[in-house]
Amino acid sequence: MKFSESWLRTLVDPALKSDELSHCLTMAGLEVESLEPVAPAFGNVVVARVLEVVRHPDADRLNVCQVDAGEGVPRQIVCGAPNVAVGLRVPCALPGAELPGDFRIKVAKVRGVESSGMLCSAKELGIADDASGLLVLPPDAPVGQPIRDYLDLDDRVFELKLTPNRADCLSLKGIAREVGAITGTPARLPEVPAVPATIADVRAIVLDAPQACPLYLGRIVKGVDALAATPEWMKRRLERSGIRAISALVDITNYVMLELGQPLHAFDNTRLEGSIHARMARPDEKLLLLNEQTVPVAADVLMIADDAKALALAGIMGGEESGITLATTELFLEAAFFAPDAISGRARRFGFTSDASHRFERGVDFGATRSAMERATRLILDICGGEAGPVVEARAALPLRPAVHLRTARAEKVLGLKLGEETISRLFKGLALDFNKTDEGFMVTPPSWRFDMEIEEDLIEEIARLYGYDNIPAPAPRGSMDMMARPEAQRPAPRIRQFLVDRGYQEVVNFAFVEAQWEADFAGLVAEDDLIRLANPIASQMAVMRSTLLGGLISNLVTNLRRKQERVRLFELGRTFRRVATGGPVAGFAQPWRLAGLAWGGALPEGWGSGSRRVDFYDVKGDIEALLAPGALRFEKIAHPALHPGRAARILRDGVEIGCLGELHPEWCQKYELPQAPVVFELDFAALVEARVPAFAEVSKFPPVVRDLAVVVAHDLPIQVLLDALATDKPDLVQDVRLFDVYAGKGVSENKKSLAFRIVMQDTQRTLQDSEVDAAMQRLTAKLEREFGAQLRA
Amino acid sequence: MDNLEHIVSEARAAFAATSDPDALEQVKARFLGKNGALTELLKGLGKLQPEEKKTAGAAINRAKTAVEGALNERREGIRKAALAARLAEEALDVTLPGRAEARGGLHPVTRTLERIESLFASIGFEVADGPEIEEDFFNFTALNTPEDHPARSMHDTFYLQNPDGSLADKVLLRTHTSPIQARYMQAHVARYGQLEKMPEIRIIAPGRVYRVDSDATHSPMFHQVEGLWVGENVSFADLKGVIADFLKRFFETDDLKVRFRPSFFPFTEPSAEIDVAFMSGALEGRWLEIAGCGMVHPNVLKIAGIDPEKYTGFAFGFGPDRLTMLRYGVNDLRLFFEGDLRFLRQFA
Repeated sequence: MKFSESWLRTLVDPALKSDELSHCLTMAGLEVESLEPVAPAFGNVVVARVLEVVRHPDADRLNVCQVDAGEGVPRQIVCGAPNVAVGLRVPCALPGAELPGDFRIKVAKVRGVESSGMLCSAKELGIADDASGLLVLPPDAPVGQPIRDYLDLDDRVFELKLTPNRADCLSLKGIAREVGAITGTPARLPEVPAVPATIADVRAIVLDAPQACPLYLGRIVKGVDALAATPEWMKRRLERSGIRAISALVDITNYVMLELGQPLHAFDNTRLEGSIHARMARPDEKLLLLNEQTVPVAADVLMIADDAKALALAGIMGGEESGITLATTELFLEAAFFAPDAISGRARRFGFTSDASHRFERGVDFGATRSAMERATRLILDICGGEAGPVVEARAALPLRPAVHLRTARAEKVLGLKLGEETISRLFKGLALDFNKTDEGFMVTPPSWRFDMEIEEDLIEEIARLYGYDNIPAPAPRGSMDMMARPEAQRPAPRIRQFLVDRGYQEVVNFAFVEAQWEADFAGLVAEDDLIRLANPIASQMAVMRSTLLGGLISNLVTNLRRKQERVRLFELGRTFRRVATGGPVAGFAQPWRLAGLAWGGALPEGWGSGSRRVDFYDVKGDIEALLAPGALRFEKIAHPALHPGRAARILRDGVEIGCLGELHPEWCQKYELPQAPVVFELDFAALVEARVPAFAEVSKFPPVVRDLAVVVAHDLPIQVLLDALATDKPDLVQDVRLFDVYAGKGVSENKKSLAFRIVMQDTQRTLQDSEVDAAMQRLTAKLEREFGAQLRA
Repeated sequence: MDNLEHIVSEARAAFAATSDPDALEQVKARFLGKNGALTELLKGLGKLQPEEKKTAGAAINRAKTAVEGALNERREGIRKAALAARLAEEALDVTLPGRAEARGGLHPVTRTLERIESLFASIGFEVADGPEIEEDFFNFTALNTPEDHPARSMHDTFYLQNPDGSLADKVLLRTHTSPIQARYMQAHVARYGQLEKMPEIRIIAPGRVYRVDSDATHSPMFHQVEGLWVGENVSFADLKGVIADFLKRFFETDDLKVRFRPSFFPFTEPSAEIDVAFMSGALEGRWLEIAGCGMVHPNVLKIAGIDPEKYTGFAFGFGPDRLTMLRYGVNDLRLFFEGDLRFLRQFA
């Protein structure tokens, strides 16, 4: 809501400077978004009349003018404006004036002719962009009057960012009322005397949907001159409110809406047939609107119609066909109350909003409908002439304003301070609320212009607002002191993140909506049934909800390689999204948290002692094993759409799949222009949170025996198979089996590999005998020989 | 006895001339060995008279002690010299850079969220979580924002499509973290509703939220952190106290002004926006909007099954992205979501 300060001050004029008033409004909940002067600072510019224009003797484009600036003697001014003409009234900057842009006016010679001042364009005064010629003032502009006074250029424009509950402040009258309540300065709200009818023409009005439209006033005005000029003061106020002046009739309806908050509509009466109906839309109804849009109308949309046709979307926008034009001479003027429920959301469906719908959906004062009608009639008759018929009013049940009980004790409890009844009653009086005292507090009847006073809290809010939030204390909080649960068997997210940070990974946050192509490449999802598409994405590459975090990380890698980063370690902890049959807190969607990582570049940061080995599968596998330690993980080969088929594994813990790990598929490396493949992983976050409470086991006092076992096996035999074999039915005294060497090449026959295991044996109760150690080793060796054809290595 | 003195000084000279531990042991044999000079003299004692034997023996033993002393001294000298040589040889250039693994870093907004979580944990606020694809009911209706409420237009909502291309009604991307309030209260009532007095609810709920908006100061995905305290006597004054305390701890300064300004949210009443102004630094004196808050609307409590006569509460929603920008002087919101390591590493 934008408005001119000087307009407001005609209605309420507290002894506050502009910025003080602005602060008061903001602190009362009417946030001032901006406060701008209408014109930059300048002075010494007056209204002048051009008396004589003579071509400059030495310049084709210049004229030597004699002007009357109200000083008794004419001034000679050289002027280059193309529109200068005898008789015009224009702004004249006198010598000594300083115009915007540090432009100082002096007496000077222009091509040999003395010029003592300058005639100005709107641009030179900094009040508009028009530099095409002099700013031509109306013929009644008083010669000699400072232009700042004449055009009210010391005015400022307030722009309020109103919250949706304060529809009552969508007018100057409402803001004035509010300023009165905040500052204690009484507002002088405009009095609107009725305009008596001088003709008898009427149109009947039928309320076919009395709940949606319980009040409709109509009046015919005949003999108007639609071409009449809008007065300057009205244009100025409209323009300073951000509304362009169009034609007198349109301007008047807009002006009354700004002044009193009541949207009005003017129909061309000659286009109407029979009675006026406020009815719900009929099936398949369509309407060509004033904005040249044809909209199909659903059954829950309220229409204004005559006996033959639809005329307007009630409270939203008029129809093109029945609208007024510059040729209109007969008006049918509408002032109505449309219920917020009947209007809200409808305009948004058609993809626009209008000043009328903005007000009606928030609530328009149904107690002021008639005065708006009278005010508009008066202005029309004064500006455009004509004769008005009587006001026809159709009325059904208007919204009730049931009294609301405010309990003083409740207000004090909610706000946390002692207020007392006197304070409350003072604040209510400031708001001009109608109230009675009760045993516990106050019975308040809300006014017709407030649509946000239905429950006790609404009144508590009013009290707090006017009492001043600043005046409410801010004590240290008091609450119960119960300790919070901190389950030891759960690892909090910060510890998990910190672990990855300590291992060299940098956290990133990526958008949850991604390119559909990423879902195909990295998750193998192509069917529409699998994708979760946004209905209204902001861009096509942000159209699908991600089911994997990998796409984002790969895109981060691409970005960073472009920025010459040589070693990249990234992780993201975020939700992923999949369609599921049931499941989840929101049916149809699984939204698990996942943790994904990416490693690219050197195994170690570049340095004198780091070597040049590139990160590989096993480096990242080690990170994952450490992250999940001491849990026992298993890695099984898988086919995964994102990953190299020979270098990809699923990760299982206790038989449950908790994620995957692998090198990016060479095809995607090529497609995304990666010179080497990154190693990536993605884990279910819930699995990472699960931890264990440690359980004590006795520590042996007896020395361990360590033996090594070296065997040669088939090259393609997975190590896990051997480790599993060694772990199942192993002798009790074997505590640990560790693989410490893998070798293939010289000295080992082709298609074979040599493996070395370190076996740790120990008993908690006694020192082991050589014989039992030998027997245990024998058993393990025999098993490997028997099951895998392993040959013992010397 | 001149002879003895001569032997001692000869031994001393011989030891001193030796710098190798093995050679020293050989030199030692010349004096103390089986056929060494002093051993020979001791052997000769047997031929002497008892009186003489006693005197001569004592003299030889003194000489022997002196030679042994000289030997040990020389042994120690050689050992020390050897050690010194080894130490010199083993010396490193301690100024060479360490061979350390690089450390990564947290995302700056995570850093902020962890700090917020820990500050609120210190006064008993648990962390709560909720879905990001959310039901219209929890995002709006349960928060006192029914269909067609004008407040819905305050949020430009992302909606989802059904696989057949039609608009999925009833689900959306949450536009704020407030639905977590509604879900948490429902669950709390299900758990404790039968008790005479329910335990207090004190939670904060950080998360990613979505709005159709993208420019230098808006990102279509951003963070919020919701807070909720419901109990038997929670007031607007408590809200002011908690927020003022939090902001001073978060920014680690008292050089900060906080103001509460009346505002409107469908799910709180009275409602406020919270502005801060720093009293020094680049943003000195400017009011910066950083949160919305208010007393939980009685309708919201009722929908969750909580009696608003008995329990009151407050809720607040901060923008952690904004807090992070203010805390570290970041000037462009978009940097948070671009994954640029040159930016992110500054927060390691």
